[in-house]
Amino acid sequence: MRAVKSQQRIVITGMGIVCPLGNDVPTLWQAILAGKNGAGRTTIFDASTFPTTFSAEVKGYDFRRYTRFGHLHEACSRGSGFALGAAAQACAQAGIEIETDAPADGIDRTRMGIYLGAGEGSLDNDAFFACMIAGWDGEKHEMVWPNATRRALTKMVAARELEQEPNMAAAHVAMLTGARGPARSCLTACAASTQAVGEAMMLIRRGDADIMIAGGAHSMIHPLGVTGFNRLTALSTRNESPETASRPFSASRDGFVLGEGAAIVIVESLACAQRRGVPVLAELIGYGSSSDAFRVTDMHEEGRGAVQAIRAALADAGLTCDDIDYINTHGTSTQENDLIETLAIKTVFGPRAKQIPAGSVKSMLGHLIGAAGAAELITCVLAIRDGIVPATTNLHDPDPKLDLDYVPNSPRKMPVTIVMNESFGFGGQNNVVIVKQYEG
Amino acid sequence: MDSRRVVITGLGAVSPLGLSVQETWEGLREGRCGIGRIKAFDPTGFPCELAGEVPYYRIQDHVPRTYRKAVKLMCRDIELAVVAADEAVRSSGLITKGIDPEKVNVDPTRFAINLGTGIISCDLTELGPAAVVSVTDGQFDIHKWGKDGLEHVTPLWLLKYLPNMLACHIGIIHDLQGPSNTITCAEAAAHLAIGEAAQVIARGASDLALAGGAEAKVNPIMMIRQCLLKRTTPDSNDSPQTACRPFDADAQGSVFGEGAGIVVLENVNNARRRSAPILAEILGIGHSHNLNPAYECLEPDGKGVQIAIEKAMADAEIGPEDLDLIVPHGTGIPSDDLAEARALQAALGTAIENIPVWPTKSMLSTTGAASGALDVIAAVRVMNEGVIPAARNFVRPAHGCHLHIVTRPQERQVRHALCCSYTYGGQTAAIVLRRFDESAVA
Repeated sequence: MRAVKSQQRIVITGMGIVCPLGNDVPTLWQAILAGKNGAGRTTIFDASTFPTTFSAEVKGYDFRRYTRFGHLHEACSRGSGFALGAAAQACAQAGIEIETDAPADGIDRTRMGIYLGAGEGSLDNDAFFACMIAGWDGEKHEMVWPNATRRALTKMVAARELEQEPNMAAAHVAMLTGARGPARSCLTACAASTQAVGEAMMLIRRGDADIMIAGGAHSMIHPLGVTGFNRLTALSTRNESPETASRPFSASRDGFVLGEGAAIVIVESLACAQRRGVPVLAELIGYGSSSDAFRVTDMHEEGRGAVQAIRAALADAGLTCDDIDYINTHGTSTQENDLIETLAIKTVFGPRAKQIPAGSVKSMLGHLIGAAGAAELITCVLAIRDGIVPATTNLHDPDPKLDLDYVPNSPRKMPVTIVMNESFGFGGQNNVVIVKQYEG
Repeated sequence: MDSRRVVITGLGAVSPLGLSVQETWEGLREGRCGIGRIKAFDPTGFPCELAGEVPYYRIQDHVPRTYRKAVKLMCRDIELAVVAADEAVRSSGLITKGIDPEKVNVDPTRFAINLGTGIISCDLTELGPAAVVSVTDGQFDIHKWGKDGLEHVTPLWLLKYLPNMLACHIGIIHDLQGPSNTITCAEAAAHLAIGEAAQVIARGASDLALAGGAEAKVNPIMMIRQCLLKRTTPDSNDSPQTACRPFDADAQGSVFGEGAGIVVLENVNNARRRSAPILAEILGIGHSHNLNPAYECLEPDGKGVQIAIEKAMADAEIGPEDLDLIVPHGTGIPSDDLAEARALQAALGTAIENIPVWPTKSMLSTTGAASGALDVIAAVRVMNEGVIPAARNFVRPAHGCHLHIVTRPQERQVRHALCCSYTYGGQTAAIVLRRFDESAVA
């Protein structure tokens, strides 16, 4: 194996997003600065009798706007459709031509790869439940498979079944962009797209690619997704007030708000960006990954895994605690995450912890699960660009145990050079990337 | 010696041929077939009633005493991975918390895990009670589900079905605190996971890693999916032993199955320091993407597979004539086999005519995210045993597949082996392995 550890710099040259606060980057950023909230009554399916009846949905979106070849993506899942739009936007900004057999953008397609943290497509609910009902023997309390099978073979559709596979978002992005370089898709729960960006960065550093289309796409706003999270009591049930339900770091927080979307960044070697003459938006300088190895259901009590991932990212970037200007927290609005994350930040940053703005944009955006980390990374880049740190909204009753500077309720004008973006997944996977203002 | 060389120092396998690497290898060497009529559920009515099923095991026998309660949170994919991980760690001589908490000889913070997993299918028997209370006039009623059905779903239900839970459980059992990833690229996932884990070690982010893949495809939903996609062999229900025929003229489709393969990857200096059994070296990694509007099929010229092979060979810095063995993906789906054969021919040129090709899925079935790991383990055993077993169910070559498929066992010192894989959706991967040579300098 070529043991390359190159010193080449790695930058972001394009960004695209489809999310509850808007279906492009400028709209998202305006909404964030205005403190808007993406949550509302769930409309994708009828959730009116569920413990949680609201979510942060993507609104008014149609992937066909972004492709001339809609038929190639006809059966795609919500998440894959979001990925197409986010990828198209990011490519446009980075000067990457899409849907062409003869690109004139000077990019070797075998040197351009894809790395997504992407989730499963929703079940074909009607067919799925029809099969279950057809097959269930209530007296014996078991499935009679031949009955279920007969129904399945008539009700289920091949393409819709295939589109539930989590690698399909990457497949659609590949068809859109013609990327032939390294292709991976990962699913480390809520940390997936931060991991995807981090590992994409490592593939370029190693010399396996010049450009990676990296990020995440996910929608778990489907009956089984909400069922799963509701049964875990992970979701807020503040049904009477969806817009104030996501309230990270407040005493009255009662769970996260399920969101959906896709966020994609173009990660590129600086040399490639310079050769192509495209503007650089920010530089990616550090990545750290770790595992809690503690419990299936809980984070480590002292945030051991989070601490290790943060330290690994700082070491990778060659930074000390003093260098971080802003922490974009995972900040989910669950009792556990916000407490443990606060502890972890204090463990790593010591007395300086309280001086670093550490907000959560999930207060506005909701929790995009697999796509969360990349969406939040985009807000980090914009914070650097404009010198504004987004607020943690809905923070009106601070939790006395949580004593960092969470940037409550209004965004803050301040110079921002280096930002740390944290993502921690159910199951204990932790990923952190560090992004820096680009200086030529 | 280059400190960034990455070697394999442990193997663990659970497959339709057995519950260990040794049983799996003996089955492969003897050309046994692990495929039969599905036993996990009544498959009557499926176009293909066959699968490769793992022999009976008790998961409680494969986890530490202190972890036995947690097995109720394990779906079958997790169980298979846990069993394979246990064997891999034991065979490496490493002592983790899961082997003996009193004698741990590894630094948990320097131990990574990277697994390929599939989408984990819901256990319908578990959801059945919830579904039946959610019916109005014979139809599913979401109002009833939200109010009553949902209450019948066990609280921790979701945690059984997140793909990253394989790595989560293994990480807890063996106390692996290093970088952790879960690659969800279906049938290419294990190669991608092994490749990424090797890169994690090579860049110094860990010294050790468990890497591979696991998937339990023998459930109705997964089987229906493969049948609907017309990837299963349609007319072989009476002849399971000859049903899966990679690269053979009479091939009609694949047979799906379950399994897990996990290897211990290690920084070479770490392995030498502890005098570990070094089984092989990861020499090259390549990956790319297939572009085909029919997402479930390879593109006819196999371009994405070709690029992955070319990149892996370049990464390994060897030429086609250096290869002594190819373990192809070879599913038995005629159009995919043909495309893969074309890819091999295009990537390796005329040298391909003399390189032994040994497809394994005629014996192991297509085990989803486990398949690439089982192939890597099989290739390592070939290197260590000095014999390439015969391919099973290969009688005469499919039209256009000009490969040197091994039809009788060959005694051969295999120094370099190439494993390749691809998946529906399109990701492709290739890995070059080298028999470990102390004197070689990377």
